[in-house]
Amino acid sequence: MTMIFGVPLAVFMGQLLLGLINGAFYALLSLGLAVIFGLLKIVNFAHGAMYMLGAFATLLGMRYLGINYWAALLLTPLVVGLFGMVIERLLLRRIGHLDHLYGLLLTFGLALIFEGTLVNFFGVSGARYPTPEALQGGFQLGFMFLPVYRAWVLLAALVVCLGTWFIIERTRLGAYLRAGTENPALMQSFGVNVPLLITLTYGFGVALAAFAGVLAAPLYPVSPTMGSNLLIVVFAVVVIGGMGSILGAILTGLGMGLIEGLTKVYYPEAANTVIFLVMILVLMLRPAGLFGKEA
Amino acid sequence: MTFIKKTLASSIAIAAAAALAATTAQAEISDGEVRIGYLADMSGTYRDLAGPGGLEALRMAIEDFGGSVNGAPIEVFSADDRNSADVGANTVREWVDTRNVDMVAGMVASSVTIAVTNVLKENDKLGIISGSAASSITNEHCSPNHIHWVYDTYPLANGTAKAIVDQGGDSWFMLTADYAFGHALEGDVTRVVEESGGEVVGGVRHPFPTDDFSSYILQAQGSGAKIIGLANAGADTVNAISTAAQFGVVEAGQQLAGLLVFLNDVHAMGLDTTQGLLLTTGWYWDMDDEAREWSERYYERMDRMPTMVQAGVYSSTMHYLQAVEATGSDDAATVREYMMEQPINDFFARNGRLREDGRMIHDMYLAQVKSPADSTGEWDLYEILATIPAEEAYRPLSESQCNLVQN
Amino acid sequence: MATTQTLTPVMERQRRANMRRNAFYLALIVVGLLAPFVAYPVFLMKVLTFALFACAFNLLLGYAGLLSFGHAAFLATGGYVTGYLLSSYPGLTPELGILIGTGAAVLLGVAFGALAIRRQGIYFAMVTLALAQLMFFFYIQAPFTGGEDGLHGVPRGHLFGFISLRSNLAMYYFVFAIFLIGFAIVQRAVHSPFGQVLKAIRENEPRAVSLGYNVDAYKLLAFVISAGLAGLAGSTKTIVFQLASLTDAHWHMSGEVILMTLLGGVGTLFGPVVGAGLVVSLQHMLAQSPLGNWVNVILGLIFVICVLSFRSGIVGEITKMYRKNFK
Repeated sequence: MTMIFGVPLAVFMGQLLLGLINGAFYALLSLGLAVIFGLLKIVNFAHGAMYMLGAFATLLGMRYLGINYWAALLLTPLVVGLFGMVIERLLLRRIGHLDHLYGLLLTFGLALIFEGTLVNFFGVSGARYPTPEALQGGFQLGFMFLPVYRAWVLLAALVVCLGTWFIIERTRLGAYLRAGTENPALMQSFGVNVPLLITLTYGFGVALAAFAGVLAAPLYPVSPTMGSNLLIVVFAVVVIGGMGSILGAILTGLGMGLIEGLTKVYYPEAANTVIFLVMILVLMLRPAGLFGKEA
Repeated sequence: MTFIKKTLASSIAIAAAAALAATTAQAEISDGEVRIGYLADMSGTYRDLAGPGGLEALRMAIEDFGGSVNGAPIEVFSADDRNSADVGANTVREWVDTRNVDMVAGMVASSVTIAVTNVLKENDKLGIISGSAASSITNEHCSPNHIHWVYDTYPLANGTAKAIVDQGGDSWFMLTADYAFGHALEGDVTRVVEESGGEVVGGVRHPFPTDDFSSYILQAQGSGAKIIGLANAGADTVNAISTAAQFGVVEAGQQLAGLLVFLNDVHAMGLDTTQGLLLTTGWYWDMDDEAREWSERYYERMDRMPTMVQAGVYSSTMHYLQAVEATGSDDAATVREYMMEQPINDFFARNGRLREDGRMIHDMYLAQVKSPADSTGEWDLYEILATIPAEEAYRPLSESQCNLVQN
Repeated sequence: MATTQTLTPVMERQRRANMRRNAFYLALIVVGLLAPFVAYPVFLMKVLTFALFACAFNLLLGYAGLLSFGHAAFLATGGYVTGYLLSSYPGLTPELGILIGTGAAVLLGVAFGALAIRRQGIYFAMVTLALAQLMFFFYIQAPFTGGEDGLHGVPRGHLFGFISLRSNLAMYYFVFAIFLIGFAIVQRAVHSPFGQVLKAIRENEPRAVSLGYNVDAYKLLAFVISAGLAGLAGSTKTIVFQLASLTDAHWHMSGEVILMTLLGGVGTLFGPVVGAGLVVSLQHMLAQSPLGNWVNVILGLIFVICVLSFRSGIVGEITKMYRKNFK
């Protein structure tokens, strides 16, 4: 057996691949955060809760409305996204003119409310969502057995991430969005409805989180707290990538997944911590993040 | 001390006898009430194995006992420890300080239990632990103020691991929850596997709790071990088993050994996923007529079959109340001493007795999860393969590090 | 002396204000001294330790404008160090244990502060969060903390070697004294020239730089004092409850202290005390009631309401009303 620093090659490769799949989740979630931060300048602490709501909506939709996985993949982000827009209109807008720290605090409170409410109805032990039939089984890759569903997650997440990147960087709507990020007042004077743009952006960012939630439902136990611990990791990813940077969020998400995978090979206990170490190093050496522009 | 107390109590009773019909025993039940606190995880990972069901079992015991001891009413308090040592310890401290609680029952996560037993010892109250697994509770953490009733990691390893090695599963990879309970279980399993002629070829410790077991399963697959031992509990075990199913572990020729699996875990995962799993249990609802009869009564109240922990709460509370009745006291040392003198045989415990280290030893059972074809109902989940006699199941006193044991 | 007659009206008003303030402080101290005869002392001690923790946090956020999202690290460090020392060295007296625990938090504060103050705003918050996560990892892995199980059975011991703290009442007065010392330190820091410079930095950092202040040194000192006081709170808490656990190191704890401060009033002296009192009481009352599971929802609602309508917090709003109506 070929060994890499005392680890069989098969395990090494396998961990990297699994890390990449986890990274796909980080990418989706941090992408949403970055989009929101870019325009609203709010660190959306409710992002983990939105991811959780996505998974829960999928689970409950199946249980009570008979909505299958494929329909949920489309419907859930829509519903949660609309919910996000309502929150933006009713709450976030009212503090838009204040220090951005208030946005962080408000969304933190919202996250507590959503999580706490669901804990009351469903407990924290977590429910299982069955893997859709078409995605059961797995591929024998030689170095590992890759479940079809995980391959699908990687593919779906990459397509959505790249699609988002394309919309923002290459389309007219994206151009508005980028301009709005730079100078909202000027945009307003050009006749662009900036408040609407902000609402839509928040809804879209939240929908991305909900989409990640749907993808996660068959993989992880669906529980009210599933988002809260993931959230601070995703924060780290966004900060490392450069806050507000779209490409930075995607690439850093995948990259951090890989680093976590590597850590799991050599020092598994530290897998949840290594990202924070990277974050400190990056912030000290490149304050604006790997892909961010110096302010 | 007891002598003085008794003399004092009886002299008060004599004095009071002129006015009241003498109830001498009641004078020694503090505050004229037996106060029991039930502490458990009521909302988290371990909710289903103890939680509200355990509280109901406690209430059943009190009802069956008649609601009072020698005329002293029995009062129950309950609280959710949220699997947090400080919440648990602070709750019990407050119970003791402000409500003068005499006995604390339930207790699940080992970390909470160890914290609570410290408070109990300091205040000289009694704890009867039904939920926790760590064998250290009556070993290095033993005290004259608590009793461990249902099971611990020692017989779990002794039952399951030994049986698996005997069946030819002689190389193991351990997936261990990274805290005291996991470490204790891992240690006990490693010892048993090696004593039985097997070998532990590797292992990995995962954070508690963990949602994503994929990378650990991958490592286990890479190790080439025949058996993947799960030294974890509750949701962690469930997650590990379902992840293993996704990664085709069993198809590839490896076997999983769940070392602490509860009835509710098997029920939640379903027989398709768990069939054939070997496990050690302290009790099973369908193991004989007496157990069935009690469980049917429980089922009517909770709409679920009881786990061994919930049955243990009933059994231990019943014995506690009997001891209070017989001694006429709710003083921790008096009650514990009486409980040690009595053999314990009821619907739950067979050949049971309470040892001086606080361990209640009783027969344990090696069980196998049924296949869907063999199961006749929603809760028909186990087949009992063998009985492990009480004296063989638990850590012998000769190996004990408990300072209450004279070696 | 006849100086009173020569006082100008302004000085006279100042003197009266001082007297009123001193009377107010005195009244509070009397309330504090009598409180354990009315309420459960352990509960009061919990309020006092969290109040101290929130005051420490507030020194940084309210006066220096730095939002730390990692203050749990200092609370836990104080707690673990004190807990470990008192359990392992039975000869050690509690006040020495607390002193060393606080010292450890100060050292950690120097290290973290030196790194964190190089960034501002959200980045500052993120650096402190990341550093606190590293500490959380350390405390899970380090053998002396007991990992997930925590440290239990920490002896309360004898204060100065001869006053037993075993009774809750004795313990309470000790904690009350510590709280008063901690509060006095914050009060002095805020009202000193040092505090004025901090406020100047908070309002306009470039101007403070151009005025010739060594801004980094001021920020670092504020950070270290804050860390030390948080450690003091943690050390004391460990002795009261006789245990130290990961709950204190978790990032939720860092969030909770923000809530307490925000609720009571950021940048007011008594705000954090009121906020801590309310949050702890709420948790305490709800935990034993059928609403027990709604604690987080209610805390979340309070958070949202505070941010939307009471940004100055309870004490801040009251002060505002008072100023409007009486001045």
